Amino acid sequence: MSNPVKEPFLRIVKRDEASIARKILVRIAAILFALVLDALFIFFVTGLNPLSVYVVMFQGTFGTSIRFSWAVRDLVSLLCIGIALAPAFKMKFWNIGAEGQVLMGALVTALIMVYLGGKLPGTVLFPVMIVTSIAVGAVWGLIPAFFKAKWKTNETLFTLMMNYVATSFVACAVNIMRGQASSLGKLNMGTKIGWFPQFFGQRYNINILVVVILTFAMFFYLKYTKHGYEITVVGESENTARYAGINVSRVIMRTMAISGAICGLCGLLLVCGRDQTISTSTAGGNGFTAIIVAWLAKFNTFYMALIAFLLIFLQKGAGEIASAYGLNDFASSIISGVILFCILGSEFFVNYRCIFRAGKAAKKSDEQ
Amino acid sequence: MSSLIAWIIRAIPFGTIIMYGAMGETVTEKSGNLNLGVPGIMYLGGFAGFASAYFYENSVADPIPLVSILLTLFCCIVASMLGGLIFSFLTITLRANQNVTGLALTTFGMGVANFFGVFILNGKAYSAAPMANAAYIRKIPVLSELGIAGQIVFGYGFLVYAAILLAVLLHWFLNKTRVGLNLRAVGENPATADAAGINVTKYKYLATCIGAAISGIGGLYYVLDYNSGIWATTGQIEALGWLAVALVIFTTWRPLNAIWGAYLFGTLYWLYQFLPSLMGFTVASYVTDLIQMVPYLVTIVVLIVTSLRKKKENQPPEHLGLAYFREER
Repeated sequence: MSNPVKEPFLRIVKRDEASIARKILVRIAAILFALVLDALFIFFVTGLNPLSVYVVMFQGTFGTSIRFSWAVRDLVSLLCIGIALAPAFKMKFWNIGAEGQVLMGALVTALIMVYLGGKLPGTVLFPVMIVTSIAVGAVWGLIPAFFKAKWKTNETLFTLMMNYVATSFVACAVNIMRGQASSLGKLNMGTKIGWFPQFFGQRYNINILVVVILTFAMFFYLKYTKHGYEITVVGESENTARYAGINVSRVIMRTMAISGAICGLCGLLLVCGRDQTISTSTAGGNGFTAIIVAWLAKFNTFYMALIAFLLIFLQKGAGEIASAYGLNDFASSIISGVILFCILGSEFFVNYRCIFRAGKAAKKSDEQ
Repeated sequence: MSSLIAWIIRAIPFGTIIMYGAMGETVTEKSGNLNLGVPGIMYLGGFAGFASAYFYENSVADPIPLVSILLTLFCCIVASMLGGLIFSFLTITLRANQNVTGLALTTFGMGVANFFGVFILNGKAYSAAPMANAAYIRKIPVLSELGIAGQIVFGYGFLVYAAILLAVLLHWFLNKTRVGLNLRAVGENPATADAAGINVTKYKYLATCIGAAISGIGGLYYVLDYNSGIWATTGQIEALGWLAVALVIFTTWRPLNAIWGAYLFGTLYWLYQFLPSLMGFTVASYVTDLIQMVPYLVTIVVLIVTSLRKKKENQPPEHLGLAYFREER
């Protein structure tokens, strides 16, 4: 080694493609690390034994069948938005506006439920609600996509602003619908018109079924169709896509319409199948959490289901800890925040490797 | 007339909150980091300031206002910088995706602030830090009593004026100093900056952390001045944080524009309450819900217009949102 240049203590090199075993190992290590951090946090704040706290946490999801059913209900709500975001994000279109797209879908559903509820027969009402909620969601997604495709308007910030416009619309409609009452309450409480019927004694079965179908359909769409391929190419490089003769602006608009449409449908599921009412917090921040879900799963809808489950499990668990030990629900935001940081950071160890000065790895790479 | 004055007196403090948030985010974005964790950082800063004020007032027999101000500012800046540090470490060193990390930081910051906030509230509906509040809202003594003009111009706490001063300072820093120009080079094209001998990592870290500190002061101002020293676990700070992100675009990344932009946003935000009474008519409450979207609509219009005009000097930093890896070509 006659090289006079001082070799840096630490060098970072990109990996070609990490093995599946390594990917899994790194993620498990990240989650374990996060759980240790959270345990420290729990211990120092409450002085409780973190292990027994984690047992209580487990009960939050699996304690009773009702709790499990709630966990599944929230899981499908989150997953549904994640599925909606997957094609947009795969195309590197930062759709931060799922919250607004869901709200708009929910809004038209609720309006139709209330104002056309008694006038249309059930067989017409549901299709009308489904079509309009999908259409409105699609339009809400299409607006930023149009400007992005035509003039490269920054979509991250555009979609973000659209959330608040949607929130205003919902606040206005709720205000009109509730009239003099202090809160809106359940829509069509007496007649239950527009509510999803129960199947097999479970209230949320239709939601679950729809989301399961969407999970498979979106996986197939992204992986095995021409559209999915175009989305991947546009996401990797717009120039390559153009050379290959792909109409980039059309792909952007079509994909965002699909993304928005599924968000709109999710709004319908939330109103008809879960809440039977609407408020500005119907989406409840899931539009943002779903971004993280979609990103971490690398747009594979089945991984998404896993990650969504992990997050919901944590949320429910933290809620359970909160009520058992007299803490508050915000603990769940902290715990999931720490886990997200760890998983996000762990990507580094999947994509890069570190070479220390005169370390084993360095020698190995010299030999190559 | 009196409602016009009331409107301005409401709008300027509101604008100040998002002005701090936006100025901090401008510094961060100039380094090429798009930190969507601004709401989380504002939560952290606001909470740290509130908590330190609360503990200081309740543990010291004879609290001194000046000490309270310095202490709360110090705690706020440290907490906000820690938030910025988490973001920097994940996105700069570990090269995690900036948008996703920022959103996670928002969740985290909101969680931390509200969790410990509720801890301190301890069952009470709210908890006040009256002395710190009094210290922060202290008006300029003689000038603020000079009739209407005095009220409008001098009738606010010192952070309002500090914000204007900071905007001017940042303008000078980003346009006239070597360090500021280097920082902009890093945001525009880190590879070129690197080749010119600028330490990209150091610049990105410092800009993100200092930007976070400035944003955090917005949270502090909200809690200890605007919200009368009350910690309430509402989502208000989150909405303000996103508005601050919007303001950065509205100002086209120029701190001087943040001064009038922030006050304009404040005016638009309070439009729903003051315009009807000013014009002498009443509107139904559902219309006021609709009027609240105006600041966001204005931002969307600005976004579209700047992308249509394609003026070079109005564009975001070229490498905004992208991680820099020297070996990637």
